[in-house]
Amino acid sequence: MGGATHAKRVACAAAVALAATACGGGGDDSGGGSGAGGGVLSSSWGDPQNPLEPANTNEVQGGKVLDMIFRGLKRYNPQTGAAEDMLAEKIATKDSQNFTITVKNGWTFSNGEKVTAKSFVDAWNYGASLKNNQKNAYFFGYIEGYGKVHPEDGSKQSADTLSGLKVVDDRTFTVKLTQKFSTFPDTLGYPAFAPLPQAFFSDHAGWIKKPVGNGPYMIDSYTKGSQMSLRKWDKYPGADKAQNGGVDLKVYTDNNTAYTDLMAGNLDLVDDVPAAQLKNVKSDLGDRYLNTPAGIIQTLAFPFYDAQWNKADSDKVRKGLSMAINRKQITETIFQKTRTPATDWTSPVLGKDGGFQDGLCGDFCDYDPEQAKKLVAEGGGIPGGQVKISYNADTGSHKQWVDAVCNSINNALGNDKACVGSPVGTFADFRTRITQKKMSGPFRAGWQMDYPLIQNFLQPLYYTNASSNDGKWSNKKFDGLVDQANKETDTAKAIGLFQQAEEVVRDNMAAIPLWYQNGSAGWSERLSNVKLNPFSVPVYNEIKVG
Amino acid sequence: MGRYVVRRLLQMIPVFIGATLLIFLMVNVMGDPIAGLCGDRQCDPATAAQLKKEFGLDKPVWQQYLTYMGNVFTGDFGTAFNGQEVTELMSTAFPVTIRLTVVAIVFEVVIGITLGVITGLRRGRPVDTGVLLVTLVVISVPTFVTGLLLQLLLGVKWGWIRPSVSSDAPLDELILPGLVLASVSLAYVVRLTRTSIAENRRSDYVRTAIAKGLPRRRVVTRHLLRNSLIPVITFIGADVGFLMGGAIVTERIFNIHGVGYQLYQGILRQNTQTVVGFVTVLVLVFLVCNLVVDLLYAVLDPRIRYA
Amino acid sequence: MPEPPYEHDGAIAGTGFGGAMDLATSEAETLEKTPGGPEGTGPAGKPRSLWSDAWRDLRRNPVFIVSALVILFLVFISLWPSAIASGNPLSCDLAKAQEGSQPGHPFGFDGQGCDVYTRTVYGARKSVTVGVCATVGVALLGSVLGGLAGFFGGVWDSVLSRITDVFFAIPVVLGGLVLLSVVTSNTVWPVIGFMVLLGWPQISRIARGSVITAKQNDYVQAARALGASNSRMLLRHIAPNAVAPVIVVATIALGTYIALEATLSYLGVGLKPPSVSWGIDISAASPYIRNAPHALLWPSGALAVTVLAFIMLGDAVRDALDPKLR
Repeated sequence: MGGATHAKRVACAAAVALAATACGGGGDDSGGGSGAGGGVLSSSWGDPQNPLEPANTNEVQGGKVLDMIFRGLKRYNPQTGAAEDMLAEKIATKDSQNFTITVKNGWTFSNGEKVTAKSFVDAWNYGASLKNNQKNAYFFGYIEGYGKVHPEDGSKQSADTLSGLKVVDDRTFTVKLTQKFSTFPDTLGYPAFAPLPQAFFSDHAGWIKKPVGNGPYMIDSYTKGSQMSLRKWDKYPGADKAQNGGVDLKVYTDNNTAYTDLMAGNLDLVDDVPAAQLKNVKSDLGDRYLNTPAGIIQTLAFPFYDAQWNKADSDKVRKGLSMAINRKQITETIFQKTRTPATDWTSPVLGKDGGFQDGLCGDFCDYDPEQAKKLVAEGGGIPGGQVKISYNADTGSHKQWVDAVCNSINNALGNDKACVGSPVGTFADFRTRITQKKMSGPFRAGWQMDYPLIQNFLQPLYYTNASSNDGKWSNKKFDGLVDQANKETDTAKAIGLFQQAEEVVRDNMAAIPLWYQNGSAGWSERLSNVKLNPFSVPVYNEIKVG
Repeated sequence: MGRYVVRRLLQMIPVFIGATLLIFLMVNVMGDPIAGLCGDRQCDPATAAQLKKEFGLDKPVWQQYLTYMGNVFTGDFGTAFNGQEVTELMSTAFPVTIRLTVVAIVFEVVIGITLGVITGLRRGRPVDTGVLLVTLVVISVPTFVTGLLLQLLLGVKWGWIRPSVSSDAPLDELILPGLVLASVSLAYVVRLTRTSIAENRRSDYVRTAIAKGLPRRRVVTRHLLRNSLIPVITFIGADVGFLMGGAIVTERIFNIHGVGYQLYQGILRQNTQTVVGFVTVLVLVFLVCNLVVDLLYAVLDPRIRYA
Repeated sequence: MPEPPYEHDGAIAGTGFGGAMDLATSEAETLEKTPGGPEGTGPAGKPRSLWSDAWRDLRRNPVFIVSALVILFLVFISLWPSAIASGNPLSCDLAKAQEGSQPGHPFGFDGQGCDVYTRTVYGARKSVTVGVCATVGVALLGSVLGGLAGFFGGVWDSVLSRITDVFFAIPVVLGGLVLLSVVTSNTVWPVIGFMVLLGWPQISRIARGSVITAKQNDYVQAARALGASNSRMLLRHIAPNAVAPVIVVATIALGTYIALEATLSYLGVGLKPPSVSWGIDISAASPYIRNAPHALLWPSGALAVTVLAFIMLGDAVRDALDPKLR
């Protein structure tokens, strides 16, 4: 049986290749997907939530595509996560506030247009401008003039371009920030900072239908809500050329189905093995399975706007709840070790030098029912007598771990109604409740890093009124330390300050750290050299087919 | 007949308006769709406000409804939040779902009627009892359990079929999903045919035909079947609308990118434009199916005449 | 020729709750079409003879006896689950997750390490509550609206029938997804409310049809000629004779509501924890179908048996009420 399905799959792949050449035959001189790069692989995907504009894509599925069709000034090393120069020849600064950026020579977009300093400046201006509705606009918030192109109070925008961006010549531009930000260059690997071709501005609708970038792949066809075919761009000038002929991204509603398809030989790569299937991966896939740390941490946030959760002794309740969670058992049983019990508020992918501190949380993250009971009692008991952990029920395996966390708390506190999961039907509704401050108990707060810096794990989540500070926690000491750290030009010192800030988070238990999430992937026998980057996205260009 | 059709068409107008308004209001209850667009972040208020304005979400509901319906009549079903035009989504989703529906209907007709006739003619015999029990079980087990079990057994354990459907959704891959989708209705077709056959078997015209000495085969096909199938055919006709809108579960299990998938996705993302657009079309299909079925009824059953 | 009472009902009926009620409708319709109406066929000719006849029939029907016993048992464990299950459905030990059958735990454990037997027993309560309450709600609302439309006719009928069509046109699962996706209450009421909201047109059509049939009977015409008031005619003469098809459809529908709750749970919008219901357990177990099929099969089996019992009961009642099939 396996042989039959295999033969069928090969036939399908051949048909796809034929179709690709048939489609690409119409005068496209770059040659389509039938080039020498080898076979085409199929990979699981989810329909992107937003249009595929770089400054508008803030979730993994759209990010996957951007990672294939764009290269920015910096790129995060797929193994180490270190920000390395990609299109940047050099980024110079004397004061951590004014930067001069030189773009490498010889780069073009896949439509032949040269990548220049203007490609970046135009793209960033577009991304920052309020009228373009770009959801990642705040990434440009440190650049001078942001307040004018993107007034936060909703007043009319008084400028179309950022005054802090200036094109010097074809390959050079300068960036002026509103404050010192020593690690600014390291943030430039984020897709929002990608360059854009003129076609993006002149024929926007056409570009959205079939985005054109400067990465190792080109989009060959895109059937909305169903499939996107990417093919190797043969003339890609970078060193990280695609090692395969292309990637077909197939939309799956349910990752269980994707996994089933992988086993049946209809799919080559699944980059999110569902929790329920983890027990089978060894027998199903053998060593065609990967489980590596990624820059994702799961926490439980608290509604600090609710007086019941923000009393003088509330931190004891939070610490008690944290100690009532048997992280080890849950990560082993529910997640089959694809999560690691968290012991701080960052991620192991940062590395020790990057600010990760194993064990910072101390006893508070260890399972200790006795102590948990005591702390909760000292803190005045659970507000309202019952913890309701809210989560969105539409994606991921949230229900499974929330139920497990609740059972753990119930068992530790000896009360089978102490904790209950409270599913919210859709992610949109979940976010609405958070934004409108309607949460009445702890809620799921996952954080996937934008770039591998300790700053990104702390500032957006715990700084007063930061964009992802969903619990509205606010602490002057923490804010002061973060401000100080951002101004610090010496990296090591800056990281030290961030770590001090993280200790403030711990002492207040601003959020309960649960576990670090690994990236997991399973693949078919056709593939080799499959890796996941620290963002848990497969490094597509390095995958070999056949 | 002509007057009847005109009257029915006129009656469809308020129903169409009412149903679209109802779904519009329901979708509106779902809340703020913008909040879900910014990942685990709060959308910055300026962008959120502007998006709301652009999608017309800042206007009162009745005004949104009027604008929307105005656009629909010009063929503009709006744009989903990810920049995809709803008409474009429809053009990829509907053909898939129509194919799936056709497969399901074929199953209902072929298997359902055959089994129904056999059991109807053999009432009370072991065949009848057996089939009756099987249909009862099929009706009682929820579709998603049947679907998941069949997918696991046929697709994974035994490898007879593809466990999911590829994005082109060719007919052969739709056989199992079509069977699962049809299963409940199939069971009803069997039972309905059986009842109808059993009832008509005792009618005077069949007795007359048998008394005349006509061969049994001829009596069954010419006299019995023709009259017994009237309720069955009308049932199947009405089922078309249900199958097209009700495939949410089946399409989810088998990863079929049809109408059910788009609706499910649209609801999860609170993509009002997609949901309202697809439901509007489904309501139309439903109304037209009903009209056709009623006319069919009149054509098949000479006892019914519409004034 | 007057419009046939079942105009397009039998034909349109259908798209709402999927197949289940279609059959009920169609078969109930056959029942209505019976020449002379069912009430005329009792051998004694008394107005109640249909019911006493039916009851005599049912008592001798093994299908009825079996399904009635199953239903009685279900009601019993819904009220007193602890009578046959000593455990606590909310106490779970993750260390035992997915383990199979063992002494004291005949059905094994689910993905969270909860005892499947205990949860299956305790799950009956919510499932049966949903089924019964939704059916009662649907039957009341549907009969009242449909009955009024059928009795008064004219403009009333047109308006009510169009409203019925509107609610009928919304695909049920879709409506459930939309309406229930914003609900966070963990009681059964939102689910029941939704079922009533989108389910009543089914009954309403049947009720309307049978009221129209009953209205045309000689004794009703006679009562009218004698000057009986509208309410008296409705309650004393029409309702008792028009209620049979409604009961048949409602019994079968009860089963489908229980199954619908499971489907909604599978789509993530059904009942919510800490409620214990078959739907919740089935949907939670469905991803684990490969490793712990027992956690899926037991609650599914309980659900199927329950639905089966109600459908068979409905079947039996219909057979008893339909003299043609005797």
